[in-house]
Amino acid sequence: MLRIRQELVDEIVAHARRDHPDEACGVITGPAGSNRPERFIPMLNAARSPTFFEFDSQDLFRLYRDVDERDEEIVVIYHSHTATEAYPSRTDIQFGSLSPDSHWVLVSTRDPDDVEFRSFRIADGEVTEEPVEVESTATT
Amino acid sequence: MAIEVRIPTILRSYTGGDKAVEGKGDTLGDLFADLDARHGGLRDRLVGGDGSLNRFVNVYLNDEDVRFLGGIETPVSDGDVVTILPAVAGGAAEGTTAGG
Repeated sequence: MLRIRQELVDEIVAHARRDHPDEACGVITGPAGSNRPERFIPMLNAARSPTFFEFDSQDLFRLYRDVDERDEEIVVIYHSHTATEAYPSRTDIQFGSLSPDSHWVLVSTRDPDDVEFRSFRIADGEVTEEPVEVESTATT
Repeated sequence: MAIEVRIPTILRSYTGGDKAVEGKGDTLGDLFADLDARHGGLRDRLVGGDGSLNRFVNVYLNDEDVRFLGGIETPVSDGDVVTILPAVAGGAAEGTTAGG
């Protein structure tokens, strides 16, 4: 299960809307070992494509260095599908299998009035959808 | 002196859980062959059948992506740090060549 604060969900959706019709991507980090998404980090889609995303390699290097220095982990890797459902594609499964410890969050912006927000675990080529529990932001 | 190679979580099954290992070689290709002698199977996760770097990993010499240096032929020397990271990519298009 992914437990995530409402404001972080809102940030992801806003980023996806902003970059539509290109795919938007980014991560949410949290303290190492916590599985708790806390720090929202939108990333540049180096592919600038409506059907593909990729973190820029220098941005990726800096992200990992930063995460290491802060003793964090990448809790969530998110991206948008802009014309199809929020479900991992074959490409997502290939790349997602490399980050089995992160929640693979997908949003779809195909409907301008409605947003699909779903979370998956991807490991060894297998996709498992998981429930998303959104917490109100009032606490913390 | 040797070359330090930082291993991402997903590949630590090849290094007995170690986050970093040491190796030697004059080029990145040599270094990976040297590592493979002690960590069998690792090279296949880094280098494709055509001998070039695998699409699914990013490899950095110190802080520079080796794709912008000499790829697998990039010269390396003692004291260098090589960092391997899983590429983060995906998207609605089916197949890894789509959209590039």
